[in-house]
Amino acid sequence: MNSAARPLEFRDPARGRALAQTLGRLTREIGRDPVSVMHVCGSHEQAIARFGLRASFPRALDVIMGPGCPVCVTDLPEVDEAVALALQGVRVATYGDIVRVRGTACSLADAQAEGARIEVVYSVTQAVELARRTDDEIVFFATGFETTAVATAAAVLDDPPPNLSVLSAHKFIPPVMEIVAEMPATRVEGFLAAGHAATITGWEVFEPFVARHGIPVVVAGFEPLDVLAGLVRLLELIRDRTPRVVNMYPRCVTRQGNRAAQEQLWRVFRAAGGCWRGIAHVPNGNLRLRDEWAHLDARRRFRIDVARLWSQVPPALAQQCICGDIMAGIASPSACALFGSRCTPEAPVGACMVSSEGTCRIWHEYGGHPDLGATG
Amino acid sequence: MCLGVPGRVVEVDGLLAIVDFWGVRRQVRLDVVDEPVVAGDYVLNHVGFAIRRIPAEDVEQTLALYETLLAAPEEDPMAADVHGELAAAGRKRT
Amino acid sequence: MTGLIDERIGLRHGAGGRAMRALIERVFLDGAVDGAVDGAVDGAGDGRVGLAAMDDGAAIPIGDRWLVITTDSHVVQPIFFPGGDIGRLAVAGTVNDLAMMGATDVLALTCAVVLEEGFPRADLERIQASMRDACREAGATVVAGDTKVMGRGELDGIVLNTSGVALTDRVIPDCGLRPQDLIVVTGSIGDHGLAIMAARHGLALEGDLRSDVAPLNDLVRRALAAADGAVVAMKDPTRGGLASTLHEMAAKSGVGIVLDETQVPLTPEVRAAGELLGIDPLHVANEGKAVLGVRPAAAAAVLAALRAHPLGQRAAIVGRAVAERPGSVILDTGFGRRLLSEPDGEPMPRIC
Repeated sequence: MNSAARPLEFRDPARGRALAQTLGRLTREIGRDPVSVMHVCGSHEQAIARFGLRASFPRALDVIMGPGCPVCVTDLPEVDEAVALALQGVRVATYGDIVRVRGTACSLADAQAEGARIEVVYSVTQAVELARRTDDEIVFFATGFETTAVATAAAVLDDPPPNLSVLSAHKFIPPVMEIVAEMPATRVEGFLAAGHAATITGWEVFEPFVARHGIPVVVAGFEPLDVLAGLVRLLELIRDRTPRVVNMYPRCVTRQGNRAAQEQLWRVFRAAGGCWRGIAHVPNGNLRLRDEWAHLDARRRFRIDVARLWSQVPPALAQQCICGDIMAGIASPSACALFGSRCTPEAPVGACMVSSEGTCRIWHEYGGHPDLGATG
Repeated sequence: MCLGVPGRVVEVDGLLAIVDFWGVRRQVRLDVVDEPVVAGDYVLNHVGFAIRRIPAEDVEQTLALYETLLAAPEEDPMAADVHGELAAAGRKRT
Repeated sequence: MTGLIDERIGLRHGAGGRAMRALIERVFLDGAVDGAVDGAVDGAGDGRVGLAAMDDGAAIPIGDRWLVITTDSHVVQPIFFPGGDIGRLAVAGTVNDLAMMGATDVLALTCAVVLEEGFPRADLERIQASMRDACREAGATVVAGDTKVMGRGELDGIVLNTSGVALTDRVIPDCGLRPQDLIVVTGSIGDHGLAIMAARHGLALEGDLRSDVAPLNDLVRRALAAADGAVVAMKDPTRGGLASTLHEMAAKSGVGIVLDETQVPLTPEVRAAGELLGIDPLHVANEGKAVLGVRPAAAAAVLAALRAHPLGQRAAIVGRAVAERPGSVILDTGFGRRLLSEPDGEPMPRIC
């Protein structure tokens, strides 16, 4: 069987329309307007936008994108550390999306224009290979959530060359769900959790959250049918007032997840409090290298001088940026004065417009939420 | 956008696998996946690492699961039969 | 728009999108000799389709017929790719630009070549043979040419320029759509761009990912003959793909377009390559396809005529023009509708 046919079964429009109608029925049964649910994954937003799923959602259902773009939530001081290292002459390898994100003063791309050596890699393995090929110090600026952190952990455990070090800006999602659930402006009644992170952590990681807040969580995959079916299940739980964790991605997610990967992850990293861009302090939301890996920790190998960056005045535009509110799900890109006019993919101001998983970037690409039903 | 893309394992050599993604072959590392992986298995790839082995029968079960969501509680028994048929048809496909 | 007009030319100025159009408007149209401003009709007052129209070619009235003339330079990289080469592209590209204006009987082609010192003669002969074959398919002849050589390193291999002239009784612009007109594509979308991408990156795919480069004048001739006056707009979706072309047609015609994604023909290889590389087939170049705006009553006849031709077997109705949202292209994914963004030109450089 052609391996391309499998995923397409999860893109059958007829099944999709049927599920969307079920969403309509459930929303009416719930009776509130709007019913707000939140997802915390850039890939979910991309799937929703690319397949025009919002157009099929009932009008009273509000599916909000929360802080699910790992690049967008990488905080200014974290970017500053990477930029400072680069300007100090150290070679920095990192994933492509973060390169154009500004820290306090400038981005890695700006540093590159000043002569810094930045390497874009698609996997931590490429950074390791780079370090093997040269005597130069290579710092891997590690962004991404837990699924990506697992790859970094595997590389750390695999006896990397001595000239490689890791600057970890990895993040862990479940703690930020707590923050969002506790925000006064939030009316989120349910969460759609990212299927791939849950592949690693297992769905049991959400049980304490559900117990504490009484808000249901459904783990969903990324094909259109996965998203629609996940939302149907979530609305059922909301309607029935039965807050539970439900796994709607059984082909990839189990209760316990990938124990081997978890073991590697927590052997290399520890949870630390820190700021997420725009969200302020998230207890246990950051992943930092444990002490036994101090010899691979860029923060301990180098004296990183970020003070030199603070003397540069941040661009005035950046002060009008509302990425923080957008990432917390309490404003949409259309509420931003800069969106589409002075903040565009070609000339981005905020992180949400830089990253391919950023809300603003996705809205700009796919046209936001226009009401196209009546057209033609 | 290569996050979480599923592919079919063609060859395994220690911790390295050659995986077929819609006709294109790529190298994927097996350090992180928690079950033994053999040629013919499906795996989920994330930034060059397989994070999960996907059993083929789970695909069918998921499709059948989605069918059951379409039934409203007050629907007639006929609908239940139809859903059963759809689920069975899903299992037959290989 | 800030960032589009700079002191120095960048790659995006050749990508066929907004930046390129801004450059043309600012540098080439400002004070153009024939006084052309905006729209299809210029200051000469004779109804000619001039530079300002930025259509596939220019049309100049001669008696009761039109002389259509077009020119194209080709810099595709690699010069030999699955399904064709720069020579075939140079001939087909120009023949197709003429055909898109409704001029399917090519009077003559010219060909100017600039070569880098050290270019292998065997490659040049291979390119020449390819051009000959393409000319034969199109019923066209190269009647004039030029050859220049630049020093090693002063040019990347080869640049080919072709111009073409043809006569036609009726010029079909790219701006003639009216609400309810149907949008027809002559076959599968995304073939050329993804074949080039795969070749550049050494992607070995199972199956057949080949450029669709081909002269379309005979196919177009059949479509035009099928129903008199039924084809009211035509364009070939080269740089920027079907998405760019539909945006241009919509904007110039003052209509919106609704595109049914489930009806757009895609080969399994293109679908797979696009999925894997994260590239939307709607955004990449085609070199052997045409987009036609057709009056609804005649669509069946035009479709039948296309499908009866070897190059049009997968022709399909993929959308329609609407009165709402002029200049926008709305994509119906099967699940719902969203706006199809206008790509800022072709995602890949040196695609044609």
